[in-house]
Amino acid sequence: MFRSKATTALALAAVALAAATACTPSSPDKPVAPSAVEPSGSVELWHFFTDREEKAIETVIADFKAKYPKVDVVVKGGQDDTKMLQAIGAGQGPDVGLSYSTDVAGQLCNSGAWIDLKPYVDRDKVDVGRYPETVRSYTQFKGKRCAMPFLADAYGLYYNKAFFGEAGVTAPPKTLSELSDLAKRLTKRKPDGTIERAGFLPLAGFYENSPSHMYPMVGARWLKDDNTSAVGSDPAWQELLRWQKELVDWFGYDKLEKFRASLGDEWSADNAFHKGQVAMMIDGEFRIAFLRDQAKDVQFGTAPVPVTRAERYGAGYVTGNILGVSKTAKNPEAAWALVRYLSTDTAAIVKLANLIKNIPTTTEALASPGDLANDAEFKVFIDIFNNPHSVHMPSTAIGPALEETMSDFMVKWQSGSAKDLEAGLRQVDENIDKQLKLAS
Amino acid sequence: MAVSTVRAPGRLPGAPPARRTMPRRVRLRRNLTVLSFIAPALVGLALFLGYPLLASVYFSFTKFDLVNPPEWVGLRNWAFLRDDPNVRTAAANTLWLVVVMVPARMLGAMCTGLLLARFRSGAGIYRTLFYLPALAPPVAATLAFVFMFKPGTGPVNTMLATVGIEGPLWFNSPEWAKPSLVLLALWGVGDLMIIFLAALLDVPKQLYEAAALDGANAWQQFRAVTLPAISPVLLFAAVTGVIQTLQYFTQAAVAASVASGQATTGGGISSTFGYPEKSTFTYPLWLYVAGFRYGALGYANVLAVVLFLVAIAVTAILLRRFRAFLGSDQ
Repeated sequence: MFRSKATTALALAAVALAAATACTPSSPDKPVAPSAVEPSGSVELWHFFTDREEKAIETVIADFKAKYPKVDVVVKGGQDDTKMLQAIGAGQGPDVGLSYSTDVAGQLCNSGAWIDLKPYVDRDKVDVGRYPETVRSYTQFKGKRCAMPFLADAYGLYYNKAFFGEAGVTAPPKTLSELSDLAKRLTKRKPDGTIERAGFLPLAGFYENSPSHMYPMVGARWLKDDNTSAVGSDPAWQELLRWQKELVDWFGYDKLEKFRASLGDEWSADNAFHKGQVAMMIDGEFRIAFLRDQAKDVQFGTAPVPVTRAERYGAGYVTGNILGVSKTAKNPEAAWALVRYLSTDTAAIVKLANLIKNIPTTTEALASPGDLANDAEFKVFIDIFNNPHSVHMPSTAIGPALEETMSDFMVKWQSGSAKDLEAGLRQVDENIDKQLKLAS
Repeated sequence: MAVSTVRAPGRLPGAPPARRTMPRRVRLRRNLTVLSFIAPALVGLALFLGYPLLASVYFSFTKFDLVNPPEWVGLRNWAFLRDDPNVRTAAANTLWLVVVMVPARMLGAMCTGLLLARFRSGAGIYRTLFYLPALAPPVAATLAFVFMFKPGTGPVNTMLATVGIEGPLWFNSPEWAKPSLVLLALWGVGDLMIIFLAALLDVPKQLYEAAALDGANAWQQFRAVTLPAISPVLLFAAVTGVIQTLQYFTQAAVAASVASGQATTGGGISSTFGYPEKSTFTYPLWLYVAGFRYGALGYANVLAVVLFLVAIAVTAILLRRFRAFLGSDQ
């Protein structure tokens, strides 16, 4: 009796496991047409933009439809990378995906969620050499070109010119010590000691204060040559974190947290810089459009982020939005046509860059970016983008886990719950390496 | 009390049970009839519990990224469980919520129920008012709660300030974030309150009268009459509360995202999970991040299997403890 029950249970388990294996994704590669074909049919594009920026995308998609009248593009805005990956895994999702960040390029390429575009690039003789080296680098993973660049972002320092004028400051800070001095001078406190205005809010996790946006200030490294974590062994990380902690302690961590808790959402009109609650902050070039749209009275200036070594001044963190064709694309030829248009058509790139106020990615568009060339504040970011010392996050199979592991430690360090910096960074090394090993 | 015995038709006293004399074909037909009635439930259980459970165990031994077929890696994912720093934080946060939030909700629901059971006039209005928050969608309720408790600009701290109390940072403080989630859970306790209220109204009045005649005070009446009478509801609330809290996700995710000031879509809401300082980073949030944000679905299945086993173990312990508490006759 027992034996027959056990046999039945085992048989049922075997059937379930067989079903589990059968119900997992397969990899049906769709053949690439030997020569360029006229694209037709329907294509679905998922992107993350909303509101004003979403309208800009729609304008350029209308241009694409005019150029390729046989292609119908269904656009879905407000999507994020995680959702896109889940949809592709479920055998659905978009034909074309527009990812927010280059952090996930490794994940999307490594998993094959986005197909290798090399056959299309070669067939249509697309010259990837027209993109700067940084852009070429962040759109591929281990030599596999599974993404094409959309627009790019560069990060710099925003400062409030009115507050600078009040304090008699004539130029933005160029070194970390200058940034600290200015942050202290521009900070206003209430009689009870609480912060009314922060010269610079140094808390990691505040708006765009992430490790990736801050590490160019000290020229730190993420990975060693053998692709293991370099965080614990690179003294530049200690330099950055000690500087940050010194400034946090000057404010008082609790006071800073209380001040931060009273600030508005980063992506709303209540952004602290819009409201004059912070005098300087790190942000991307896209903030210019938000400021001019939502805070017209704020007189602001832009500059590269302050650095520890003079030769690095002018460089910063660069990243970009990337486009790819999903593994599950129902119409890969039309999907590729859309990707090619959005990533190589200079007129379309310049138009989008001007509408969204992002950095164009091709060398032609960078040389003649339209009205952006006459915008002194924006030009700062184009220069950061073109700076040879500018950096981007390395692509790994663990995607955002690389940065977020570091970010978790920075939060502990600034609050004082982590006391030993060297040991903490070594632990970060260990945690990153274990995750890389798991994903290998 | 008189006990009546119902005799099976056609069966004489002292005759052997009908089952033994039932012909094999009749028995088979009866079993098939029963099976046909429970078949939909069995199919549902097999499809939506048995299959996912076995599949989850299988995936936990594979490298799986949702996109490619799973690749067998043996015990690698299970070994990572030992080294994973996030799982300790997430499990500790979830345990805290189980220990604090579940009893708080049970106590809150029972006390509200006791209060409402005493109302004579306007009972319907008060019951509706207390139940209403439970109807609010969790995302909307959490959003509203975070804005109400926003330090500096929220109405709660503004009101506290008028009476000279400096309110805490609530969802922005690692010490207060979890208690704030408990407050949110208490605000929406109406779903449980209505069950307690029904049970409390069902307690026979004559038991209280008898206890009062015996000289029992209010506490003794509560301990000796109310508690045993509503014990099935207590057990239900404890078991479902623990299971729900082990799966606590939406409120923690939304509260962290909104309080962090980065309710952005591009990077995905999951980039803010745990704010502040991982204090709201629950076990299911880590399971989601590991699986869908970091693409480690194999490891996420390890976490899922562990969560299932813990839920089963806790439920079994609760059932045993309750039996001991109630006595063998309950």
